[in-house]
Amino acid sequence: MRWLRKNLIPIIGILVLVYLFVPIAVVAILSFNKPEGKFNVAWNQFSLEAWQNICGVPGVCGSFVTSIQIGILATILGTIFGTMIAFALVRYRFRGRSTTNLLIFLPMATPEVVLGSSLLALFLNLAFPLGFWTVTIAHIMFIISFVVVTVKARLQGMDPRLEEAARDLYADPRATFRYVTFPLVLPGILGAALLGFSLSFDDYIISAFNAGTLVTFPIYIWGAAQRGIPVQVNALATLVFVIALITVVSAQVIGSRRRRKMESAAAG
Amino acid sequence: MPALAPTAGGSAVVVSGAAAQRRPRTAYLLLIPGLAWLGIFFVVPLVSLFFTSLQAPTDRAGVYQPAFQVGNYLTALQEYWPVFIKSFIYSGIATVLALVIAYPLAYFIAFRAGRWRALLLVLVVAPFFASFLLRTYAWRTILADEGFITSFFNALHLLPENRILNTPIAVVLGLTYNFLPFMILPLYAALERIDPRLIEAASDLYASPFTGFRKVIWPLSLPGVVAGTLLTFIPASGDYINATLLGAPSDRMVGNAIQTNFLQFRDYPIASALSFILMAIILAVVFVYIRRAGTEDLV
Repeated sequence: MRWLRKNLIPIIGILVLVYLFVPIAVVAILSFNKPEGKFNVAWNQFSLEAWQNICGVPGVCGSFVTSIQIGILATILGTIFGTMIAFALVRYRFRGRSTTNLLIFLPMATPEVVLGSSLLALFLNLAFPLGFWTVTIAHIMFIISFVVVTVKARLQGMDPRLEEAARDLYADPRATFRYVTFPLVLPGILGAALLGFSLSFDDYIISAFNAGTLVTFPIYIWGAAQRGIPVQVNALATLVFVIALITVVSAQVIGSRRRRKMESAAAG
Repeated sequence: MPALAPTAGGSAVVVSGAAAQRRPRTAYLLLIPGLAWLGIFFVVPLVSLFFTSLQAPTDRAGVYQPAFQVGNYLTALQEYWPVFIKSFIYSGIATVLALVIAYPLAYFIAFRAGRWRALLLVLVVAPFFASFLLRTYAWRTILADEGFITSFFNALHLLPENRILNTPIAVVLGLTYNFLPFMILPLYAALERIDPRLIEAASDLYASPFTGFRKVIWPLSLPGVVAGTLLTFIPASGDYINATLLGAPSDRMVGNAIQTNFLQFRDYPIASALSFILMAIILAVVFVYIRRAGTEDLV
Protein backbone atom coordinates (compact mmCIF):
# COMPACT_ATOMS: atom_id res chain seq x y z
CA MET A 1 0.00 0.00 0.00
CA ARG A 2 2.78 2.38 0.94
CA TRP A 3 4.70 1.35 -2.15
CA LEU A 4 1.65 2.10 -4.24
CA ARG A 5 1.27 5.54 -2.71
CA LYS A 6 4.90 6.34 -3.32
CA ASN A 7 4.81 5.21 -6.93
CA LEU A 8 1.32 6.31 -7.83
CA ILE A 9 2.41 9.11 -10.16
CA PRO A 10 4.89 7.02 -12.18
CA ILE A 11 2.27 4.28 -12.52
CA ILE A 12 -0.38 6.69 -13.77
CA GLY A 13 2.19 8.34 -16.04
CA ILE A 14 3.13 5.06 -17.64
CA LEU A 15 -0.54 4.08 -18.00
CA VAL A 16 -1.14 7.35 -19.88
CA LEU A 17 1.78 6.56 -22.18
CA VAL A 18 0.32 3.11 -22.80
CA TYR A 19 -3.02 4.76 -23.60
CA LEU A 20 -1.26 6.98 -26.16
CA PHE A 21 0.17 3.91 -27.87
CA VAL A 22 -2.80 1.52 -27.82
CA PRO A 23 -4.35 2.80 -31.09
CA ILE A 24 -0.94 2.72 -32.78
CA ALA A 25 -0.53 -0.88 -31.67
CA VAL A 26 -3.95 -1.65 -33.14
CA VAL A 27 -2.94 -0.07 -36.46
CA ALA A 28 0.28 -2.11 -36.49
CA ILE A 29 -1.38 -5.40 -35.50
CA LEU A 30 -4.08 -4.98 -38.14
CA SER A 31 -1.36 -4.57 -40.78
CA PHE A 32 -0.73 -8.32 -40.33
CA ASN A 33 -4.40 -9.14 -40.66
CA LYS A 34 -6.33 -10.79 -43.42
CA PRO A 35 -9.66 -9.07 -42.88
CA GLU A 36 -12.95 -10.86 -43.21
CA GLY A 37 -14.88 -8.76 -45.67
CA LYS A 38 -13.92 -5.24 -46.72
CA PHE A 39 -13.41 -3.54 -43.36
CA ASN A 40 -10.15 -4.15 -41.56
CA VAL A 41 -11.44 -3.58 -38.02
CA ALA A 42 -11.41 -7.00 -36.37
CA TRP A 43 -8.69 -9.65 -36.16
CA ASN A 44 -9.28 -12.56 -38.49
CA GLN A 45 -6.17 -14.32 -39.72
CA PHE A 46 -2.42 -13.69 -39.80
CA SER A 47 -1.10 -12.65 -43.18
CA LEU A 48 1.99 -10.94 -44.59
CA GLU A 49 0.26 -10.10 -47.81
CA ALA A 50 0.07 -6.34 -47.27
CA TRP A 51 3.73 -6.14 -46.27
CA GLN A 52 4.92 -8.18 -49.24
CA ASN A 53 2.90 -6.15 -51.69
CA ILE A 54 2.83 -2.75 -50.03
CA CYS A 55 1.95 -0.84 -53.22
CA GLY A 56 -0.46 -3.53 -54.35
CA VAL A 57 -3.58 -1.40 -54.10
CA PRO A 58 -3.81 1.38 -56.70
CA GLY A 59 -3.57 4.88 -55.26
CA VAL A 60 -1.94 4.03 -51.93
CA CYS A 61 1.69 4.62 -52.85
CA GLY A 62 0.91 7.45 -55.26
CA SER A 63 -0.86 9.44 -52.56
CA PHE A 64 1.92 8.56 -50.13
CA VAL A 65 4.56 10.03 -52.47
CA THR A 66 2.43 13.15 -53.02
CA SER A 67 2.25 13.69 -49.26
CA ILE A 68 6.01 13.30 -48.90
CA GLN A 69 6.66 15.80 -51.73
CA ILE A 70 4.31 18.36 -50.24
CA GLY A 71 5.73 17.70 -46.76
CA ILE A 72 9.34 18.26 -47.82
CA LEU A 73 8.58 21.40 -49.84
CA ALA A 74 6.36 22.94 -47.17
CA THR A 75 8.77 22.04 -44.37
CA ILE A 76 11.78 23.62 -46.06
CA LEU A 77 10.03 26.91 -46.83
CA GLY A 78 8.07 27.02 -43.58
CA THR A 79 11.19 26.32 -41.52
CA ILE A 80 13.22 29.02 -43.27
CA PHE A 81 10.50 31.67 -42.92
CA GLY A 82 9.73 30.70 -39.33
CA THR A 83 13.37 30.62 -38.25
CA MET A 84 13.94 34.08 -39.73
CA ILE A 85 10.98 35.46 -37.79
CA ALA A 86 12.18 33.78 -34.59
CA PHE A 87 15.62 35.41 -34.94
CA ALA A 88 14.06 38.81 -35.59
CA LEU A 89 11.81 38.47 -32.53
CA VAL A 90 14.53 37.38 -30.12
CA ARG A 91 17.51 39.35 -31.40
CA TYR A 92 16.13 42.69 -32.51
CA ARG A 93 14.10 45.55 -31.21
CA PHE A 94 11.66 46.86 -33.76
CA ARG A 95 8.28 48.49 -34.08
CA GLY A 96 5.33 46.19 -34.62
CA ARG A 97 6.65 43.45 -32.39
CA SER A 98 3.32 42.78 -30.68
CA THR A 99 1.51 42.77 -34.04
CA THR A 100 4.03 40.19 -35.22
CA ASN A 101 3.44 38.09 -32.10
CA LEU A 102 -0.30 38.29 -32.69
CA LEU A 103 0.08 37.30 -36.34
CA ILE A 104 2.11 34.26 -35.26
CA PHE A 105 -0.34 33.30 -32.53
CA LEU A 106 -3.60 33.67 -34.48
CA PRO A 107 -3.11 30.81 -36.97
CA MET A 108 -2.53 28.47 -34.01
CA ALA A 109 -5.68 29.78 -32.31
CA THR A 110 -7.76 29.21 -35.43
CA PRO A 111 -9.47 25.85 -35.90
CA GLU A 112 -8.21 23.99 -38.95
CA VAL A 113 -11.66 23.99 -40.48
CA VAL A 114 -11.61 27.82 -40.50
CA LEU A 115 -8.06 27.96 -41.91
CA GLY A 116 -9.01 25.52 -44.64
CA SER A 117 -12.33 27.08 -45.53
CA SER A 118 -10.98 30.65 -45.57
CA LEU A 119 -8.14 29.71 -47.92
CA LEU A 120 -10.65 27.93 -50.13
CA ALA A 121 -12.80 31.07 -50.13
CA LEU A 122 -9.76 33.05 -51.33
CA PHE A 123 -8.80 30.56 -54.03
CA LEU A 124 -12.42 30.37 -55.23
CA ASN A 125 -12.76 34.15 -55.37
CA LEU A 126 -9.52 34.34 -57.36
CA ALA A 127 -10.49 31.34 -59.50
CA PHE A 128 -7.09 29.86 -58.62
CA PRO A 129 -6.87 26.17 -59.67
CA LEU A 130 -6.85 23.81 -56.68
CA GLY A 131 -4.24 21.06 -56.37
CA PHE A 132 -0.63 20.44 -55.41
CA TRP A 133 0.33 24.10 -55.06
CA THR A 134 -2.70 25.24 -53.10
CA VAL A 135 -2.14 22.45 -50.57
CA THR A 136 1.58 23.28 -50.33
CA ILE A 137 0.81 26.98 -49.84
CA ALA A 138 -1.63 26.11 -47.05
CA HIS A 139 0.87 23.82 -45.31
CA ILE A 140 3.64 26.44 -45.36
CA MET A 141 1.16 28.86 -43.81
CA PHE A 142 0.37 26.70 -40.78
CA ILE A 143 3.92 25.40 -40.33
CA ILE A 144 5.42 28.90 -39.91
CA SER A 145 3.83 29.59 -36.51
CA PHE A 146 4.92 26.28 -35.01
CA VAL A 147 8.48 26.83 -36.25
CA VAL A 148 8.61 30.34 -34.80
CA VAL A 149 7.49 29.14 -31.37
CA THR A 150 9.93 26.20 -31.32
CA VAL A 151 13.00 28.08 -32.55
CA LYS A 152 12.19 31.07 -30.35
CA ALA A 153 12.17 28.85 -27.27
CA ARG A 154 15.58 27.46 -28.25
CA LEU A 155 17.04 30.93 -28.87
CA GLN A 156 15.76 32.23 -25.57
CA GLY A 157 17.13 29.23 -23.73
CA MET A 158 20.63 29.83 -25.09
CA ASP A 159 23.36 31.07 -22.79
CA PRO A 160 24.20 34.61 -24.05
CA ARG A 161 27.68 34.29 -22.57
CA LEU A 162 28.64 31.85 -25.33
CA GLU A 163 28.20 34.51 -27.99
CA GLU A 164 29.87 37.12 -25.80
CA ALA A 165 32.82 34.78 -25.40
CA ALA A 166 33.07 34.44 -29.18
CA ARG A 167 33.06 38.20 -29.56
CA ASP A 168 35.66 38.57 -26.83
CA LEU A 169 37.83 36.21 -28.83
CA TYR A 170 37.60 38.62 -31.78
CA ALA A 171 35.08 36.68 -33.83
CA ASP A 172 33.26 39.05 -36.18
CA PRO A 173 29.44 38.86 -36.21
CA ARG A 174 29.45 36.52 -39.20
CA ALA A 175 31.91 34.10 -37.59
CA THR A 176 30.01 34.26 -34.31
CA PHE A 177 26.83 33.30 -36.11
CA ARG A 178 28.49 30.62 -38.22
CA TYR A 179 30.47 28.88 -35.48
CA VAL A 180 28.52 29.60 -32.29
CA THR A 181 24.93 30.75 -32.72
CA PHE A 182 23.86 28.58 -35.63
CA PRO A 183 25.23 25.26 -34.32
CA LEU A 184 23.57 25.94 -30.97
CA VAL A 185 20.18 26.73 -32.53
CA LEU A 186 20.37 23.96 -35.12
CA PRO A 187 18.81 21.23 -32.93
CA GLY A 188 15.86 23.57 -32.36
CA ILE A 189 15.52 24.22 -36.08
CA LEU A 190 15.70 20.50 -36.87
CA GLY A 191 13.10 19.77 -34.19
CA ALA A 192 10.88 22.45 -35.68
CA ALA A 193 11.34 21.01 -39.16
CA LEU A 194 10.45 17.54 -37.92
CA LEU A 195 7.33 18.90 -36.24
CA GLY A 196 6.46 20.82 -39.40
CA PHE A 197 6.87 17.75 -41.58
CA SER A 198 4.74 15.57 -39.33
CA LEU A 199 2.01 18.25 -39.23
CA SER A 200 2.06 18.57 -43.01
CA PHE A 201 2.27 14.85 -43.73
CA ASP A 202 -0.63 14.12 -41.41
CA ASP A 203 -2.89 17.05 -42.22
CA TYR A 204 -6.32 16.12 -43.45
CA ILE A 205 -8.74 18.99 -42.79
CA ILE A 206 -6.89 21.92 -44.41
CA SER A 207 -5.73 19.73 -47.30
CA ALA A 208 -9.22 18.38 -47.96
CA PHE A 209 -10.55 21.90 -48.45
CA ASN A 210 -7.81 22.99 -50.84
CA ALA A 211 -6.88 19.81 -52.71
CA GLY A 212 -9.42 19.83 -55.51
CA THR A 213 -8.90 16.45 -57.12
CA LEU A 214 -5.40 15.94 -55.66
CA VAL A 215 -5.15 12.92 -53.35
CA THR A 216 -2.71 13.10 -50.43
CA PHE A 217 -2.17 10.13 -48.11
CA PRO A 218 -4.65 11.35 -45.45
CA ILE A 219 -7.19 12.22 -48.16
CA TYR A 220 -6.78 8.71 -49.54
CA ILE A 221 -7.38 7.20 -46.09
CA TRP A 222 -10.47 9.33 -45.55
CA GLY A 223 -11.92 8.28 -48.87
CA ALA A 224 -11.06 4.64 -48.24
CA ALA A 225 -12.65 4.68 -44.78
CA GLN A 226 -16.13 4.60 -46.37
CA ARG A 227 -15.44 1.46 -48.43
CA GLY A 228 -12.82 -0.21 -46.22
CA ILE A 229 -9.21 0.87 -45.68
CA PRO A 230 -6.80 -1.49 -47.49
CA VAL A 231 -4.40 -3.37 -45.18
CA GLN A 232 -1.51 -1.82 -47.14
CA VAL A 233 -2.35 1.56 -45.61
CA ASN A 234 -1.81 0.10 -42.13
CA ALA A 235 1.50 -1.39 -43.26
CA LEU A 236 2.73 1.94 -44.71
CA ALA A 237 1.66 3.91 -41.65
CA THR A 238 3.38 1.39 -39.36
CA LEU A 239 6.53 1.61 -41.46
CA VAL A 240 6.57 5.43 -41.26
CA PHE A 241 5.98 5.33 -37.52
CA VAL A 242 8.79 2.85 -36.86
CA ILE A 243 11.29 4.71 -39.07
CA ALA A 244 10.43 8.08 -37.51
CA LEU A 245 10.64 6.71 -33.97
CA ILE A 246 13.98 5.00 -34.57
CA THR A 247 15.40 8.16 -36.19
CA VAL A 248 14.32 10.45 -33.37
CA VAL A 249 15.33 8.12 -30.55
CA SER A 250 18.76 7.47 -32.04
CA ALA A 251 19.26 11.21 -32.59
CA GLN A 252 18.43 11.69 -28.92
CA VAL A 253 20.83 8.99 -27.80
CA ILE A 254 23.68 10.29 -29.98
CA GLY A 255 23.00 13.84 -28.82
CA SER A 256 23.05 13.01 -25.14
CA ARG A 257 26.15 10.85 -25.54
CA ARG A 258 27.99 13.69 -27.28
CA ARG A 259 26.87 16.11 -24.59
CA ARG A 260 28.15 13.79 -21.86
CA LYS A 261 31.46 13.43 -23.66
CA MET A 262 31.81 17.19 -24.00
CA GLU A 263 30.94 17.70 -20.37
CA SER A 264 33.47 15.16 -19.18
CA ALA A 265 36.08 16.67 -21.49
CA ALA A 266 35.34 20.11 -20.07
CA ALA A 267 35.54 18.76 -16.51
CA GLY A 268 38.81 16.93 -17.23
CA MET B 1 10.33 19.11 -28.32
CA PRO B 2 9.26 22.21 -26.41
CA ALA B 3 7.20 23.29 -29.38
CA LEU B 4 4.18 24.57 -27.58
CA ALA B 5 6.00 25.79 -24.53
CA PRO B 6 4.60 28.92 -22.98
CA THR B 7 7.56 31.21 -22.48
CA ALA B 8 8.05 32.50 -18.99
CA GLY B 9 9.24 35.91 -20.06
CA GLY B 10 6.79 36.15 -22.91
CA SER B 11 7.11 39.19 -25.06
CA ALA B 12 9.32 40.91 -22.49
CA VAL B 13 12.30 39.19 -24.04
CA VAL B 14 15.67 40.10 -22.72
CA VAL B 15 17.48 41.50 -25.70
CA SER B 16 21.13 41.27 -24.89
CA GLY B 17 23.14 44.48 -25.02
CA ALA B 18 25.00 43.95 -28.26
CA ALA B 19 21.96 42.60 -30.05
CA ALA B 20 19.72 45.48 -29.10
CA GLN B 21 21.99 47.92 -30.83
CA ARG B 22 21.63 46.19 -34.18
CA ARG B 23 19.65 48.08 -36.72
CA PRO B 24 15.98 47.20 -37.00
CA ARG B 25 16.27 47.14 -40.79
CA THR B 26 17.76 43.65 -40.62
CA ALA B 27 14.86 42.65 -38.41
CA TYR B 28 12.35 43.77 -41.02
CA LEU B 29 14.23 41.93 -43.75
CA LEU B 30 14.05 38.79 -41.63
CA LEU B 31 10.36 39.26 -41.00
CA ILE B 32 9.18 40.10 -44.51
CA PRO B 33 8.95 36.67 -46.23
CA GLY B 34 7.21 34.88 -43.35
CA LEU B 35 4.87 37.69 -42.41
CA ALA B 36 4.02 38.35 -46.05
CA TRP B 37 3.12 34.68 -46.40
CA LEU B 38 0.91 34.83 -43.32
CA GLY B 39 -0.60 38.08 -44.56
CA ILE B 40 -1.49 36.73 -47.97
CA PHE B 41 -2.52 33.22 -47.01
CA PHE B 42 -3.97 33.77 -43.54
CA VAL B 43 -5.20 37.36 -43.12
CA VAL B 44 -6.43 37.96 -46.68
CA PRO B 45 -8.35 34.63 -46.69
CA LEU B 46 -10.06 35.60 -43.45
CA VAL B 47 -11.13 38.89 -45.06
CA SER B 48 -12.19 36.99 -48.15
CA LEU B 49 -14.14 34.60 -45.92
CA PHE B 50 -15.88 37.56 -44.32
CA PHE B 51 -16.98 38.91 -47.70
CA THR B 52 -18.09 35.46 -48.78
CA SER B 53 -20.20 35.18 -45.64
CA LEU B 54 -22.20 38.21 -46.84
CA GLN B 55 -22.74 37.08 -50.42
CA ALA B 56 -26.18 36.45 -51.90
CA PRO B 57 -27.26 33.54 -54.09
CA THR B 58 -27.74 33.91 -57.84
CA ASP B 59 -29.89 31.96 -60.28
CA ARG B 60 -27.20 29.36 -60.70
CA ALA B 61 -26.62 26.91 -57.86
CA GLY B 62 -23.20 27.24 -56.20
CA VAL B 63 -22.57 30.71 -57.66
CA TYR B 64 -22.88 33.74 -55.42
CA GLN B 65 -22.66 37.47 -55.93
CA PRO B 66 -21.20 40.17 -53.71
CA ALA B 67 -23.79 41.56 -51.33
CA PHE B 68 -24.30 42.63 -47.77
CA GLN B 69 -26.54 39.87 -46.50
CA VAL B 70 -26.14 40.01 -42.73
CA GLY B 71 -29.08 37.63 -42.66
CA ASN B 72 -26.69 34.79 -43.54
CA TYR B 73 -25.43 34.90 -39.97
CA LEU B 74 -28.96 34.68 -38.59
CA THR B 75 -29.78 31.78 -40.88
CA ALA B 76 -26.59 30.01 -39.85
CA LEU B 77 -27.26 30.54 -36.15
CA GLN B 78 -30.91 29.59 -36.40
CA GLU B 79 -30.15 26.38 -38.15
CA TYR B 80 -27.00 25.40 -36.27
CA TRP B 81 -27.12 26.80 -32.72
CA PRO B 82 -27.72 23.36 -31.16
CA VAL B 83 -24.71 22.08 -33.09
CA PHE B 84 -22.58 24.92 -31.73
CA ILE B 85 -23.64 24.14 -28.15
CA LYS B 86 -22.99 20.44 -28.65
CA SER B 87 -19.54 21.12 -30.12
CA PHE B 88 -18.47 23.25 -27.22
CA ILE B 89 -19.82 20.72 -24.69
CA TYR B 90 -17.93 17.86 -26.37
CA SER B 91 -14.70 19.82 -26.71
CA GLY B 92 -15.04 21.25 -23.18
CA ILE B 93 -15.41 17.79 -21.62
CA ALA B 94 -12.55 16.47 -23.76
CA THR B 95 -10.32 19.35 -22.61
CA VAL B 96 -11.01 18.71 -18.91
CA LEU B 97 -10.45 14.96 -19.36
CA ALA B 98 -7.20 15.62 -21.21
CA LEU B 99 -6.02 17.92 -18.40
CA VAL B 100 -6.77 15.29 -15.75
CA ILE B 101 -4.99 12.58 -17.75
CA ALA B 102 -2.05 14.70 -18.89
CA TYR B 103 -1.13 16.27 -15.56
CA PRO B 104 0.22 13.14 -13.83
CA LEU B 105 2.30 12.22 -16.88
CA ALA B 106 3.69 15.75 -17.28
CA TYR B 107 4.47 15.80 -13.55
CA PHE B 108 6.16 12.43 -13.75
CA ILE B 109 8.34 13.51 -16.69
CA ALA B 110 9.24 16.85 -15.10
CA PHE B 111 10.12 15.66 -11.58
CA ARG B 112 10.59 11.91 -11.46
CA ALA B 113 11.87 10.74 -14.82
CA GLY B 114 15.57 11.55 -14.34
CA ARG B 115 17.62 10.51 -17.31
CA TRP B 116 14.59 9.05 -19.10
CA ARG B 117 13.12 12.51 -19.50
CA ALA B 118 14.20 13.13 -23.12
CA LEU B 119 13.06 9.67 -24.22
CA LEU B 120 9.67 10.06 -22.53
CA LEU B 121 9.15 13.40 -24.29
CA VAL B 122 9.86 11.71 -27.61
CA LEU B 123 7.27 9.07 -26.74
CA VAL B 124 4.70 11.78 -25.98
CA VAL B 125 5.02 13.25 -29.49
CA ALA B 126 5.51 9.86 -31.16
CA PRO B 127 1.76 9.41 -31.89
CA PHE B 128 2.14 12.32 -34.33
CA PHE B 129 4.29 10.01 -36.46
CA ALA B 130 1.36 7.68 -36.93
CA SER B 131 -1.54 8.84 -39.04
CA PHE B 132 -4.17 10.85 -37.15
CA LEU B 133 -6.96 9.32 -39.23
CA LEU B 134 -5.75 5.76 -38.73
CA ARG B 135 -5.33 6.23 -35.00
CA THR B 136 -8.85 7.59 -34.78
CA TYR B 137 -10.12 4.74 -36.93
CA ALA B 138 -8.34 2.28 -34.61
CA TRP B 139 -10.68 3.35 -31.82
CA ARG B 140 -13.46 1.71 -33.83
CA THR B 141 -11.68 -1.58 -33.19
CA ILE B 142 -10.96 -0.84 -29.53
CA LEU B 143 -14.47 0.37 -28.73
CA ALA B 144 -16.30 -2.12 -30.94
CA ASP B 145 -19.70 -3.28 -29.67
CA GLU B 146 -18.60 -6.85 -29.00
CA GLY B 147 -15.15 -5.73 -27.82
CA PHE B 148 -13.66 -6.12 -24.36
CA ILE B 149 -14.11 -2.52 -23.19
CA THR B 150 -17.73 -2.18 -24.22
CA SER B 151 -18.61 -5.58 -22.71
CA PHE B 152 -16.91 -4.62 -19.46
CA PHE B 153 -18.86 -1.39 -19.05
CA ASN B 154 -22.04 -3.07 -20.20
CA ALA B 155 -21.62 -5.71 -17.50
CA LEU B 156 -21.56 -2.85 -14.99
CA HIS B 157 -24.62 -1.31 -16.68
CA LEU B 158 -22.80 1.98 -17.11
CA LEU B 159 -23.64 2.69 -20.73
CA PRO B 160 -26.95 4.45 -21.44
CA GLU B 161 -27.06 3.21 -25.04
CA ASN B 162 -25.39 -0.17 -24.25
CA ARG B 163 -22.58 0.76 -26.57
CA ILE B 164 -19.74 3.25 -26.89
CA LEU B 165 -19.15 3.40 -30.62
CA ASN B 166 -21.45 5.76 -32.52
CA THR B 167 -22.37 7.62 -29.33
CA PRO B 168 -21.17 10.99 -27.94
CA ILE B 169 -18.94 9.06 -25.50
CA ALA B 170 -16.81 7.77 -28.37
CA VAL B 171 -16.57 11.27 -29.89
CA VAL B 172 -15.40 12.79 -26.61
CA LEU B 173 -12.95 9.92 -26.05
CA GLY B 174 -11.55 10.41 -29.54
CA LEU B 175 -11.13 14.16 -29.04
CA THR B 176 -9.44 13.59 -25.68
CA TYR B 177 -7.05 11.08 -27.15
CA ASN B 178 -6.13 12.99 -30.28
CA PHE B 179 -5.21 16.29 -28.65
CA LEU B 180 -3.56 14.86 -25.52
CA PRO B 181 0.05 15.62 -26.59
CA PHE B 182 -0.96 19.29 -27.02
CA MET B 183 -1.91 19.23 -23.35
CA ILE B 184 1.10 17.29 -22.07
CA LEU B 185 3.83 19.42 -23.72
CA PRO B 186 2.91 22.87 -22.33
CA LEU B 187 2.12 21.33 -18.92
CA TYR B 188 5.54 19.71 -18.91
CA ALA B 189 7.21 22.96 -20.00
CA ALA B 190 5.60 24.83 -17.10
CA LEU B 191 6.27 22.12 -14.50
CA GLU B 192 9.87 21.71 -15.58
CA ARG B 193 10.56 25.33 -14.68
CA ILE B 194 9.45 24.82 -11.08
CA ASP B 195 12.39 24.58 -8.69
CA PRO B 196 12.03 21.20 -6.91
CA ARG B 197 13.35 22.86 -3.75
CA LEU B 198 10.06 24.76 -3.51
CA ILE B 199 8.28 21.44 -3.07
CA GLU B 200 10.79 20.42 -0.41
CA ALA B 201 10.30 23.75 1.30
CA ALA B 202 6.56 23.17 1.38
CA SER B 203 6.96 19.78 3.02
CA ASP B 204 9.57 21.17 5.44
CA LEU B 205 6.92 23.64 6.51
CA TYR B 206 4.60 20.71 7.29
CA ALA B 207 2.40 21.06 4.23
CA SER B 208 0.79 17.76 3.34
CA PRO B 209 1.56 16.57 -0.20
CA PHE B 210 -1.92 17.67 -1.22
CA THR B 211 -1.55 21.16 0.28
CA GLY B 212 1.90 21.43 -1.23
CA PHE B 213 0.43 20.64 -4.59
CA ARG B 214 -2.50 23.01 -4.20
CA LYS B 215 -0.51 25.94 -2.87
CA VAL B 216 2.81 25.60 -4.67
CA ILE B 217 2.84 23.39 -7.76
CA TRP B 218 -0.61 24.05 -9.17
CA PRO B 219 -0.35 27.88 -9.13
CA LEU B 220 3.11 27.75 -10.65
CA SER B 221 1.95 25.40 -13.39
CA LEU B 222 -0.99 27.63 -14.36
CA PRO B 223 0.64 29.08 -17.50
CA GLY B 224 1.02 25.51 -18.75
CA VAL B 225 -2.55 24.69 -17.81
CA VAL B 226 -3.83 27.72 -19.73
CA ALA B 227 -1.70 27.00 -22.81
CA GLY B 228 -2.52 23.29 -22.76
CA THR B 229 -6.27 23.71 -22.32
CA LEU B 230 -6.39 26.25 -25.16
CA LEU B 231 -4.27 24.11 -27.48
CA THR B 232 -6.65 21.23 -26.80
CA PHE B 233 -9.93 23.12 -26.76
CA ILE B 234 -9.38 25.12 -29.97
CA PRO B 235 -8.65 22.24 -32.35
CA ALA B 236 -11.19 20.02 -30.59
CA SER B 237 -14.05 22.50 -31.03
CA GLY B 238 -13.44 22.78 -34.78
CA ASP B 239 -12.74 19.10 -35.38
CA TYR B 240 -15.05 16.96 -37.46
CA ILE B 241 -12.93 13.85 -37.94
CA ASN B 242 -13.73 12.27 -34.56
CA ALA B 243 -17.43 13.06 -34.89
CA THR B 244 -17.54 11.53 -38.37
CA LEU B 245 -15.48 8.41 -37.69
CA LEU B 246 -16.60 7.61 -34.13
CA GLY B 247 -20.01 9.23 -33.67
CA ALA B 248 -23.51 8.71 -34.98
CA PRO B 249 -24.95 11.17 -37.54
CA SER B 250 -26.67 12.91 -34.62
CA ASP B 251 -23.29 13.62 -32.96
CA ARG B 252 -22.05 15.88 -35.76
CA MET B 253 -20.20 19.02 -34.70
CA VAL B 254 -19.75 22.52 -36.13
CA GLY B 255 -16.79 21.31 -38.16
CA ASN B 256 -19.09 18.87 -39.93
CA ALA B 257 -21.58 21.64 -40.66
CA ILE B 258 -18.86 23.88 -42.15
CA GLN B 259 -17.40 21.03 -44.15
CA THR B 260 -20.69 19.79 -45.64
CA ASN B 261 -21.91 23.31 -46.42
CA PHE B 262 -18.62 24.17 -48.11
CA LEU B 263 -17.79 20.99 -49.96
CA GLN B 264 -21.13 19.23 -50.50
CA PHE B 265 -23.95 21.80 -50.55
CA ARG B 266 -21.62 24.47 -51.98
CA ASP B 267 -23.45 26.96 -49.80
CA TYR B 268 -20.35 29.11 -49.38
CA PRO B 269 -22.01 32.07 -47.62
CA ILE B 270 -23.55 29.94 -44.87
CA ALA B 271 -20.36 27.90 -44.48
CA SER B 272 -18.31 31.12 -44.21
CA ALA B 273 -20.73 32.59 -41.71
CA LEU B 274 -20.45 29.40 -39.62
CA SER B 275 -16.63 29.59 -39.75
CA PHE B 276 -16.72 33.20 -38.67
CA ILE B 277 -19.08 32.56 -35.78
CA LEU B 278 -16.90 29.65 -34.60
CA MET B 279 -13.77 31.79 -34.82
CA ALA B 280 -15.44 34.68 -32.99
CA ILE B 281 -16.64 32.46 -30.14
CA ILE B 282 -13.22 30.85 -29.80
CA LEU B 283 -11.41 34.19 -29.75
CA ALA B 284 -13.86 35.48 -27.15
CA VAL B 285 -13.31 32.37 -25.00
CA VAL B 286 -9.53 32.68 -25.38
CA PHE B 287 -9.60 36.35 -24.49
CA VAL B 288 -11.76 35.98 -21.38
CA TYR B 289 -9.90 32.88 -20.28
CA ILE B 290 -6.45 34.44 -20.60
CA ARG B 291 -7.63 37.55 -18.78
CA ARG B 292 -9.07 35.40 -16.00
CA ALA B 293 -5.98 33.26 -15.68
CA GLY B 294 -3.78 36.32 -15.74
CA THR B 295 -1.23 34.99 -18.18
CA GLU B 296 -0.99 36.96 -21.36
CA ASP B 297 2.19 35.42 -22.65
CA LEU B 298 1.15 32.45 -24.66
CA VAL B 299 3.47 32.77 -27.56
